[in-house]
Amino acid sequence: MSESILVTLSIVILFLPLLGFTTVLLFNKKFPKLYLFEVGILIGAFLLSIVVLIVKLSSYLDTEIVSSFTWIDFGDVPFLGRVSVELGVKIDNVAAIMVVVVNLISLLVHVYSIEYMRGDKRYNRYFAYLGIFTFSMLGIVITHNLLMMYIFWELVGLSSYLLIGFWYEKKSAADAGKKAFIVNRVGDIGFFIGILILFTSYNTFTFDTIFEQIAAGNLPFGSSAWLTAAGILIFMGAVGKSAQFPLHVWLPDAMEGPTPVSALIHAATMVAAGVYLIARIFVMLTADAMLVIAIVGAFTAFIAATIALTQNDIKKVLAYSTVSQLGYMVMSLGVGAYAFAFFHLVTHAFFKACLFLGSGSVIHAMHHEQDIRNMGGLRKKLPITYASFLISTLAISGVPLTSGFLSKDGILAGTYAFGSLTGHWLIPVIGFGVALMTAFYMFRLVIITFHGQPRDQHKYDHAHESPFVMAMPLVVLGVLSVFIWYTPLPHSPDAGWFISSWVKTPHTVVPAESSFEFMVGGAAENAGIIHSEMYTEAMHHAHYPAMFLSLILGGLGILLAYSMYQWKKIDPDKIAGKVPGLYKFSLNKWYIDELYDAIFINPTVTLSRALAWFDNTIIDGIVNGSASLTRFISALSGLFDTYIVDGLVNFTAFFSGFIGITFKKIQTGKVQTYIVLVVFSVILLIFIVSPF
Amino acid sequence: MEVGLSHFLVVSTALLSLGIYGVITRKNAVMVLMGIELILNAANINFVAFSKYGNFGLEGQVMALFIIVLAAAEAAIALAIVLNIYKTFNHVNVDEIEDLKE
Repeated sequence: MSESILVTLSIVILFLPLLGFTTVLLFNKKFPKLYLFEVGILIGAFLLSIVVLIVKLSSYLDTEIVSSFTWIDFGDVPFLGRVSVELGVKIDNVAAIMVVVVNLISLLVHVYSIEYMRGDKRYNRYFAYLGIFTFSMLGIVITHNLLMMYIFWELVGLSSYLLIGFWYEKKSAADAGKKAFIVNRVGDIGFFIGILILFTSYNTFTFDTIFEQIAAGNLPFGSSAWLTAAGILIFMGAVGKSAQFPLHVWLPDAMEGPTPVSALIHAATMVAAGVYLIARIFVMLTADAMLVIAIVGAFTAFIAATIALTQNDIKKVLAYSTVSQLGYMVMSLGVGAYAFAFFHLVTHAFFKACLFLGSGSVIHAMHHEQDIRNMGGLRKKLPITYASFLISTLAISGVPLTSGFLSKDGILAGTYAFGSLTGHWLIPVIGFGVALMTAFYMFRLVIITFHGQPRDQHKYDHAHESPFVMAMPLVVLGVLSVFIWYTPLPHSPDAGWFISSWVKTPHTVVPAESSFEFMVGGAAENAGIIHSEMYTEAMHHAHYPAMFLSLILGGLGILLAYSMYQWKKIDPDKIAGKVPGLYKFSLNKWYIDELYDAIFINPTVTLSRALAWFDNTIIDGIVNGSASLTRFISALSGLFDTYIVDGLVNFTAFFSGFIGITFKKIQTGKVQTYIVLVVFSVILLIFIVSPF
Repeated sequence: MEVGLSHFLVVSTALLSLGIYGVITRKNAVMVLMGIELILNAANINFVAFSKYGNFGLEGQVMALFIIVLAAAEAAIALAIVLNIYKTFNHVNVDEIEDLKE
């Protein structure tokens, strides 16, 4: 299959969900079964994307397929030089894999939603929104330039707004939609400025051209500080979309959307976009930018994990675990473990989608009960859900034989190596600490929800296993969370095809003096492993210690969860009672929402109120004042018109009439009278004119 | 007593006054016309008198002749109008004809 066919196929894949969106939106009133069309389109897109992936990996493993055309050619712009805007697609292995992941999860979410959303009054519209969400995400994945990236980026923002606020009759859902949209805008400002820094320097949006220019030593405004700034600003966009601290606040609230939407947002679209963006600009990140990214990622992972420890809403726990895992991926990119970050993005997509769909199944079975304190013992009622949920939990906790073990271990090894190479030991320490907490809160969730005795007997009695269309996606995703799909050796991710041949860390293009020492070097002809030998060695050394440490910590977390909630050896309430401050701090999500309320929202609202008052009182006062002044002047002018002007006119008429009436009397019509008058007049004239 | 210019002027003034009186007071249109003739002839007497006593040539006399012709023509036209008035109103009473008012 030739490259051009591959490009055509990927463009077809991109536009299929858009076709579904428009068709369903336009005709959903006429054909109530139109959602099946959208599902069918996703099946088609998924099969095509499988074809693209297979062809890409088998025939073009080490080539990047780029196809573009000039959209706008500005020609030779004064002071700038040649400026043209290109649109196009770039299909490398990362994009090809991501397209499959997005399509697969989107398809499973579609199928799952057929049952989950049944009876909703905007049923078809829901599927249309899923379609445009998928379309936007695919656009981000296959684009080869920053402009298209930004456009699809905003489309993702729009789709998330539509879906999070899908039940907009509920105020909390409408608010959550708005929050997601507005918080993302904050990050997007940085993203946009970053893009403009690059565009003003290189007159192009295309990734590869920009990277070539940087590699040629042509830095923005001639300084690597600007390159760092561009990297961090673009990363700000990822901070918004991928829910990194301090912009992570929208994600837990986004749980107001339908649960399958949460699965889609958390696994395949939206939050994956941020990580994907960092991966795309990875080669131009300077050492400082990478350090910032690593610290933000580590800090986010830590905050979210501590919050997840105490949450009681099943979806909130999962939401914070997503934030925490995204922090892992971002941190991983920051420490240079590019391949593992992407690997974790994929494995996390599967097990997190499974967890969310599983929680949806639980919520569905419990008749929209989300508080885990009212659940318990559901293992017997929901065996399929339980099994898939458990596998995914094992995966996210990093238990061997699961996909999560492989990717998480890689990330932890990466941070460990980073610590040993640069001396930033805090990052691996946080990474391992988060691994412990993750294992703990995930098993806490599983045990409270599925084990023990039912706490709400009535709801428990009515609970039932979900039908096939809901169970099937769970099974598929559960199966995909097992190691065998990624590597033949369950203890070594390096042996897997994912790390060893599919996803390779690209060469950094940053000048050596502003990049980490370990990022530069390595034999240029060795396209596979580009890191310096130093890094390879550090990774090698880090591998086993990191693996054992993460195993011990993960096991400890699981043990702790069991002893607290299963065997009740330790009373969690007692621990909470001992450190009430910390417990409250975690339960209330570090008071970040309250902090934002106090710092940003309240002042803004107060300012708005003040401005509204100013508008209502001063501006409106001036307007109303000038209006009443005009009215008053008009009234005066009206009086003047009525009495003076009209009076003059009427007087003239009256006067003429009076004279007419008076002098009419001498107009007798009798000739002789006239003659008398003439004679007298002549006599009079003679007396007047005559000199005597 | 010798007859001088002032005698003629007095006669002509008397004639003019009589004529105006006739024009103003008579009801009958024909009588009014006769008054007009009197006025014209008063003017004639003046012309002739000034021609005789003034230091002029015969212009005054010629003027008198001219006025006699003019009076004849005027009388002809005026009588024609009177006839028409009679045709329209069946009388020639000047004071009853007020159509000019409209």
